[in-house]
Amino acid sequence: MMVYLLCLVLFCCGLYCILRKRNIIKIIVGVIISEYAVNLFFILTAYRIKGRSPIFSTGGDISNMVDPLPQALVLTAIVIGLATTALLVALAMRIYEKYGTFDITKIRELRG
Amino acid sequence: MSKEGEKGMSLIVKTITRLTVGLILLYGIYLVLHGHVSPGGGFAGGVIIALSFIHLMLAYGKEAAFKKLSQSAASFFESFGAILFLTIALLGLIAGYFFSNFLPKGEPFRLFSAGIIPLCNIAVSFKVGAGLFAIFVALVLLKLDSEKKE
Amino acid sequence: MGNFTTLALFCFSMLAVRAVNSQGTLVYSLGGWRPPAGITMVLDGLTAFMLATVNLVAFLIAVYAVDYMEKFTSKWKFYSLYLLMLAGMNGVLISGDIFNLFVFLEIASVASYALVAFGTERHELEAAFKYAVMGTVGSLFILIGIVFLYSFSSTLNMADMANFFGEKGPGNVTIMVSVLFIMGFGLKAALVPFHAWLPDAHPSPPAPISAILSGILIKSLGVYTLVRIFYNVIGVTPKLSSVLMFLGALSMVIGVFLAIGQWDFKRLLAYHSISQIGYVVLGIGLGTPLGILGGLFHLFNHSVFKSLLFLNSGAVEYATGTRDLRKTGGLFQKMPLTGSANLIASMSIAGIPPFNGFWSKLIIIIAAVQAGRYGYAGWAVLASILTLASFTKVMKYVYYGKLEEKWNKVKEVPFFMKLAMAALAIICLFGGALLIGQINRAFLQPAVEVILNGRNYGAMLFKRIL
Repeated sequence: MMVYLLCLVLFCCGLYCILRKRNIIKIIVGVIISEYAVNLFFILTAYRIKGRSPIFSTGGDISNMVDPLPQALVLTAIVIGLATTALLVALAMRIYEKYGTFDITKIRELRG
Repeated sequence: MSKEGEKGMSLIVKTITRLTVGLILLYGIYLVLHGHVSPGGGFAGGVIIALSFIHLMLAYGKEAAFKKLSQSAASFFESFGAILFLTIALLGLIAGYFFSNFLPKGEPFRLFSAGIIPLCNIAVSFKVGAGLFAIFVALVLLKLDSEKKE
Repeated sequence: MGNFTTLALFCFSMLAVRAVNSQGTLVYSLGGWRPPAGITMVLDGLTAFMLATVNLVAFLIAVYAVDYMEKFTSKWKFYSLYLLMLAGMNGVLISGDIFNLFVFLEIASVASYALVAFGTERHELEAAFKYAVMGTVGSLFILIGIVFLYSFSSTLNMADMANFFGEKGPGNVTIMVSVLFIMGFGLKAALVPFHAWLPDAHPSPPAPISAILSGILIKSLGVYTLVRIFYNVIGVTPKLSSVLMFLGALSMVIGVFLAIGQWDFKRLLAYHSISQIGYVVLGIGLGTPLGILGGLFHLFNHSVFKSLLFLNSGAVEYATGTRDLRKTGGLFQKMPLTGSANLIASMSIAGIPPFNGFWSKLIIIIAAVQAGRYGYAGWAVLASILTLASFTKVMKYVYYGKLEEKWNKVKEVPFFMKLAMAALAIICLFGGALLIGQINRAFLQPAVEVILNGRNYGAMLFKRIL
């Protein structure tokens, strides 16, 4: 139970970074932290008490494994997060080229 | 101490890189090939393969890395991995379903078993490895261009 | 060559509609793995309806983009990103597995972030960055919701989950999952507390990209997934439907109020998108058969006329190079086809008979009155009047009025753009025909029945497996 609450705390830290920081790179880091928190939460829900790793081996017993399905799903989610991060970083670099600053309070051309 | 005009990092880093970069590449290939009997698989192995090339680039400067894997070669490998994956999946269509497992499956826990899964792992590792290296190169070279303009 | 692909997709989607009418629901399991262990693709009435809408509009926009994209340098990048986004949207519609839906949602979203930044002007990049960060946060909320659903029902297949909820009944976790999904999918669909990315992200990119973003993406990714998850998997309760209706009404009114004061053509259209999606969600949230029919029909209509409006604004920008309403004027004499297409689309969106917008808005208002919710019907009528007001403003400033000196050399837009706009305008004109008996039964009714079926969606899983 404590572990899930700590995951929630990590997610809220990431969300705080997205909302309150002024530098674009720090906002991107906030997005990455939030994604890691969600992936961690996903894997933790798959834990069975006193389970062993879900890999067959010759001569091992099959009872009481942890759930292997979220592990495959989280692999996919990590790849998706990687793609989004790469795109955000490329966008941030182009913004620096055009605006000359990383401060989002100065990048406010669109209003209204 | 590094002299002026010498690319890359200091001598210690270069020596260690020369010793270990081949081992890193080999470890990545091991992870890919044993993807169906132990943890790892296409994505994790592909990331480590990309890391070996990026390591070479960080330690020696970009010319040395481009001699091993140029930009057009990285782009070619990336598309090749994607097309290989799609071909394997479509071949499964001939044998009945999309993505079916049509190669003979050997006994479990051997290296050549489980049908098309090792081939899919290899295709994915091509794509991920080349793709990550290409992303790194694109982001770094863009910065160099904008610095040169000023 | 990209056009051939979209044409082929459109033909396939029409075939899908015909197949569903003859055979009922179709299920295809990937790789031969039987569900619930494997991933399935499900094709039922709602999917066929949305597939036809999405592919039709995407094909026409691709035809338009043949000429518009001449001005940009890397056309092949545009087409590859466009097709990737279209593949993602089609995947969202077909997938029968909730994590597969998430993967395709992410593919379409990431492709759209890249497309918004396509021209790499200053404001485009800023808009793309804001859109990307907010879209990622929305996807994270959706992912947390999927985690909770998986750990509660231990299966990922949507039909199996529907069976599970049918047997066990909603637990404590259902409310939290519903809230998370409303936040996540509402952000993708631009409902009102989560709409802040839309006024920046939709005006900035080039016109065909704006059209497909506003005409299809927010509907396919946002409204379709909301409907699928809330009606077919979790099961809708009166409290939930009133929340949906409230959010829909709020979007309607706030969107229109914010839209009237705009002086930028595309920004005004973007605010109107928020308002019209509010209509759709209001109609679907009502829960009565007539309301759902109205909501789905308005979804189809909005795809058609909002895309037409964005393509018109693109034509104006192509010809004159500006989007500001105060600077253009009297263009009707120079660009008659664009002007008449814009007139048709404006009358559709404002709900003037006999164009298609009138029929769908009428059905939604009648359904609201029938269900006894007079307040919502009143808000709908008010929003419709204000929409009419803002579009007369657009027509007056852009097309009628005095032709200024500097616009004397303006010519009509090239052939493919005219073709696409004319085709969309014809669909607007005859859209009301979709309500006539035969076509209605073939096209709209299966979609309505699937939604009304609710959790019986799960029953079809074990009946027909290819």
